[in-house]
Amino acid sequence: MDQFINQPVPFAEEERPWRPPSFRKVGMLTLITTESALFAIFVVAYVFYIGKSLNGPYPHEILHIPWTASFALFGSSATITFAEMALKKGNRSLFQIWWAITIAMGAYFLGFTAFEWHEFIFKEGLTISTNIFGSTFYSLVGLHASHVIVGLLLLSIILISSLRGKLDHGHHEHVEMIAWYWHFVDAVWVVVLTVVYLISAHY
Amino acid sequence: MAHGSTTTVPEDDFVITPTRPGEEKGTWSAVIQDLLFTVDHKKLGLMYIGSGLIFFVIAGLMAAAIRLQLAIPNAHFISPDVYNRFFTMHGTAMVFLVGMPIIFGMANYLVPIMIGARDMAFPRLNAFGFWMFFFSGWFLYFSYFAGPGLYNAGSAPDIGWFAYSPLTSKAFSRGHSSDYWTLALLASGVGSVATALNIIVTTISLRCKGMTLGRMPLFVWTFLVVAFLVILAIPPLSACQIMLILDRYLGAKFFDTQAGGSAILWQHFFWIFGHPEVYILILPGFAAMNEIVPVFSRKPIFGYPIMVGANVMIAFISLGVWAHHMFTVGMTSLGNSFFAISTMLVAVPTGIKIFNWIGTMYGGKIRFELPMLFCIAFLFQFLIAGLTGIMLSVAPFDWQLSDSYFVVAHFHYVLIGGLLFTIFAAIYFWYPKAFGRMLSHKLGMWHFVLFTLGFHLTFLPQHVSGFLGMPRRIYTYEAGRGWEAWNMMSSIGVIFQAAGILFFVWNLIYSYKKGKIAGDDPWDAWTLEWATTSPPPDYNFEKTPEVRSRRPLWDLKHPEDPDWKYE
Repeated sequence: MDQFINQPVPFAEEERPWRPPSFRKVGMLTLITTESALFAIFVVAYVFYIGKSLNGPYPHEILHIPWTASFALFGSSATITFAEMALKKGNRSLFQIWWAITIAMGAYFLGFTAFEWHEFIFKEGLTISTNIFGSTFYSLVGLHASHVIVGLLLLSIILISSLRGKLDHGHHEHVEMIAWYWHFVDAVWVVVLTVVYLISAHY
Repeated sequence: MAHGSTTTVPEDDFVITPTRPGEEKGTWSAVIQDLLFTVDHKKLGLMYIGSGLIFFVIAGLMAAAIRLQLAIPNAHFISPDVYNRFFTMHGTAMVFLVGMPIIFGMANYLVPIMIGARDMAFPRLNAFGFWMFFFSGWFLYFSYFAGPGLYNAGSAPDIGWFAYSPLTSKAFSRGHSSDYWTLALLASGVGSVATALNIIVTTISLRCKGMTLGRMPLFVWTFLVVAFLVILAIPPLSACQIMLILDRYLGAKFFDTQAGGSAILWQHFFWIFGHPEVYILILPGFAAMNEIVPVFSRKPIFGYPIMVGANVMIAFISLGVWAHHMFTVGMTSLGNSFFAISTMLVAVPTGIKIFNWIGTMYGGKIRFELPMLFCIAFLFQFLIAGLTGIMLSVAPFDWQLSDSYFVVAHFHYVLIGGLLFTIFAAIYFWYPKAFGRMLSHKLGMWHFVLFTLGFHLTFLPQHVSGFLGMPRRIYTYEAGRGWEAWNMMSSIGVIFQAAGILFFVWNLIYSYKKGKIAGDDPWDAWTLEWATTSPPPDYNFEKTPEVRSRRPLWDLKHPEDPDWKYE
């Protein structure tokens, strides 16, 4: 077998470029898939338990549709795209401005969740152990909020690197992947908003 | 590290001279540092398999204790508490600490080499995944030393491997035994998802030139499907573990039936994970079959595209069959019918695969080497497992035999007769690649004969005791129900299995030092891992290979009649 050792296998096929998909993109898509499966179970648990609470507070008593926070989060998907477009054109300061706006909008959303939880816990008396609504609500919204926190950390790392001039052309795909993650976090909020605030608010 | 006779790094500047103390080659300190800090897919793969085998021996000893307890009626060799903990730990460990790591080890070692890559896509994530599994495994076993201590078996979980609610609620599971179970599985789940993600990305993005999806070895294809199943099936498990932790620690009401929660929901969530998990465990067995059967039949695999399709179809169907574990819960007749039919549907792609393996062997020049023997045994045993599975998919039949020893016999035929036999086949097949030495044929024959005999002696009678009404997980039973003889046979079988395992372990150790030198391609095989040295160098291939067909080494060995002319 000696003649095979570490010999490249001869390749007579015409010289076509061989470009398998980028491993970052495949990795991020896989991560998003597995995260979706995780969210799906919490969403199913929430939907399954709508209207099953034996004691109050009930969703219709305390839930208000968070229009401004949702607008901020959905809008941040647009601003992060503007930031990417600026980066592609090579306009670094514009990139940093849009990126910072994205962070601000995400932080506003997170602040809203914190405020809402504070209201629920201290004014309405709804904790995770109060009833089945509290259990499913805090776990689903909390899971989403934890993803917003991770997203904000990633966004901040990019902003700080960019401000310190550590971001160059080699990092374009890193930036794009973080944008993908952020879009995912936004997309999950579409589901959470629909299920929690639009559907269950009648029960 | 011995690189075989022909080392491939002749230049001096490739050799990194150790500068720090403790990094000299060959010392214990160097070996330990190497194992701790390595990100090499081959070492991590072997570490996965090695730790899996250690857990296998521990969990196997627990099974032996269970069989000892059940050998005769009214026995009291071990106390009921210890017994409950043993069957829980046995089941949990065999699935999460033996099956999963060994299949991940196989994937880690072989997937990158088979697709002509130098490592996994994310080597550090790979190490992370391994250590998550490793520590969560020991964390689970640490429960034996926790709480009240070893005197009454510590805080080891005693809730069965699927931990049905409300048995896991604070009221019925005091102390922290259930928490050990929950947290260990949550942590190992994170590691599993990380590794599966790595396998997907490696397979899709790191293929060498010419390795199109249609030319990938079926082993890699199958593991791609497995990895997809892992990333879809483990999150439901993690989700219900998180809910259980919230229930137990923060007083959430997910599974609290007193507060409007549902105990059945746990069963749904668990089996949404649990059933795909069965396919996560058995598909790697198919993967090994796909590589071993053609090589020892001296024929290319029969029906490559159909095999790929069957894999994908199995994975797809497996996501929609979970409630066949729950026929006795009392679902609607529509639910029963749906899950019965979807379960029967799995038999179609599985039957295709068995047909194709036989088609590969048909007319081939079969060499009855050890890997092939295990594969042929697999064909028969997995057929039995599949047939009993179809029987159990009939809901009224399941009402009679659910939670009986018939079910125990069924899934042990799947997991031992199916998975474990192919793991043995894979180890006999690829050990020469990993260590450069052949496993002893003589010891291997002893292993094969004793283990096959013991396996059937243990689990064939359990079909009968199940039919006679013996429920699973009972601590002991009265004489005079007609179960004694079957249980005695089962327990005697354990002796043969254990003897077989002893030969196997001795073979692994003995052949590491004294085995016949294997050479690079001892089986005259066709996939890329046999193109490099045994063991492969750290970088796998000096020059990234390029392939033109499904059997690149065939093309190389037979330039006058290469495969790519016909594909």
